[in-house]
Amino acid sequence: MMPAWAKRWRLRALETVARCVPFALLVLRIILRWLPPALLALGIAAPFLLPSFQVQLTFLWIMIVFALCWDILGGQMGYNSFGNIAFFGIGVYTATIVQIGLFQDVAAYTAAAGMQTISLTPDQYFEGLFIGLAAAPVLAVIVAVVLGLALLDLRGHYFAIATLGLGIAAGELAAAWTFVGGSSGVQVPVYPGSLQSGRLLFYFLSAALCITTFITLRWLYTTRFGLAINAIRDDEDKAEALGLHTTRYKIIAWCIGAVFLGLAGGLVGHIIGFIDPREVAFAGASFGVWMILMAILGGKGTLWGPVIGAVIFHVMRELFWTYLFGWQNVAMGVLIVVVVVFFPFGILGWLRRRYPQLFVRDAAQPGAAE
Amino acid sequence: MSALLEVRNVSKRYGGVVANSKVSLTVREGQIVGLIGPNGSGKTTLFNSIVGTHPIDGGSIRFDGREISRLRVADIARLGLIRTFQQTRIFRQMSCLENMLVSVPQGDASLRAMIARPASDDRAHALELLAFVGLSSKRDLAAGSLSFGQQKLLEFAMALMNEPRLLLLDEPTAGINPTLINGLVDRLKRARDQLGITLFVIEHNMRVVMNLAEHIYCLAHGELLADGRPEDVQNDPRVVAAYLGAH
Repeated sequence: MMPAWAKRWRLRALETVARCVPFALLVLRIILRWLPPALLALGIAAPFLLPSFQVQLTFLWIMIVFALCWDILGGQMGYNSFGNIAFFGIGVYTATIVQIGLFQDVAAYTAAAGMQTISLTPDQYFEGLFIGLAAAPVLAVIVAVVLGLALLDLRGHYFAIATLGLGIAAGELAAAWTFVGGSSGVQVPVYPGSLQSGRLLFYFLSAALCITTFITLRWLYTTRFGLAINAIRDDEDKAEALGLHTTRYKIIAWCIGAVFLGLAGGLVGHIIGFIDPREVAFAGASFGVWMILMAILGGKGTLWGPVIGAVIFHVMRELFWTYLFGWQNVAMGVLIVVVVVFFPFGILGWLRRRYPQLFVRDAAQPGAAE
Repeated sequence: MSALLEVRNVSKRYGGVVANSKVSLTVREGQIVGLIGPNGSGKTTLFNSIVGTHPIDGGSIRFDGREISRLRVADIARLGLIRTFQQTRIFRQMSCLENMLVSVPQGDASLRAMIARPASDDRAHALELLAFVGLSSKRDLAAGSLSFGQQKLLEFAMALMNEPRLLLLDEPTAGINPTLINGLVDRLKRARDQLGITLFVIEHNMRVVMNLAEHIYCLAHGELLADGRPEDVQNDPRVVAAYLGAH
């Protein structure tokens, strides 16, 4: 039994807290309002402020692209894909092979398995880089259309299992194809300038890709496309009964993911400098799984969820790798278990359930959002 | 009045079970037609056959003079033949207004239309129809958080949003509070009178169907048992016997 004075103080404390809630929400709103420009400024300054972390920061942008792209199908459309890594891998190979192929015999280069170096003039390098990065998403989309027609008729677990095979099969195919170097991979042409300027170039290309991806998706989710893929997630049969072109929407959704993953692949090949079919291009066990974990951690089916999830995941992973070396995978596992048990809907999903007033969606307000 | 929907000798078997056997019926433009019958008599199976959920084993289904028995669900829906579900199906995680906006007619399948923002006309129309079924105040709530009866009303409004020519309603009053049923019957009639939508309704509530329909078909054991004006069907001894289990 609580004494009377304790009850009184408890009540008073609760009242104070209650009075602060609207104020706290207001502050949170202001923070959310100014978060994007602040993040953008931070993103531009980061490689100069933290020069020793440039590569990790570059990968941070790529990780956000991964999570955002996975979430198009996995979160917004309810199709859990384990095969998105295939589009990334296609991008990795296409960008580099095209760049080499413009100026040299690819088969002879790959047959030498790294013994033959390639030196491109700056003009050749950038021409090849540009054409390669343009070709990567094109090829990824072509493959996405073909695979989509075959796989997107499957639903639920069947789709997930079918896509699981996709990444693995693609990796094995690449490892067996001698034209692209087989299992010994491909040495990516070296950047024709200082190490520092190359790093900065790919940092800003990655940042631009990530921001483009984010803005494109933010816009798409407010269109009829966004409504339609949400409807497919909630009840595909009902969507069909209303006459929606479900197959077309699903294939478009997959292709959009493939475009940005293909571009990300093109960049990552150059950032790492060497293409291994299973460890870099079709790295299903690392990149392929991470993109799913990041989206779920942040809150799948939300716009900012994958972004937040990717940042937290990437930072934690780097910290575990640095300070818990040897136990880093165990720590990662513990993190995943904590997320699944305590935040099954992700960080944003949890927030949305607690404070729904912060999450008024734009899709229902045409014209009002911009 | 011309025949909008013509079902001729439609049969459907599930393995050895005959769900529909040579069923024929006609729904004319501008009519409200009822479909009754005891549980398991094949009413929902017939609806599923009409909207293309499963292939039929024999017979023909014509909508507005066009054979539709080989078309797929979404193609039939785009012709203007929309159905609601007995179990009520709405998009649970989306708001009521989003449910309405995604239900617009899907005639234009160009990429341009797919990535357009919902038009302000559509939004105004959606709000109008939400008001029509009495759900205006719920427009920003997740549809899954509505009560069952409200979900049924939302599903009805979504069907109207699609501007169908023929609307198949599978037990529209099941699970709805009895005091709200009269309001719903009134709205169904207004949908026909004001929006010009032909209605074909499966209904178990005899008072509702007698009040609503102009023509009634009665199914029993997958076969057409009787049809005619409501008062005739109601007094048909074969229909009474089927419902009381003497069949």
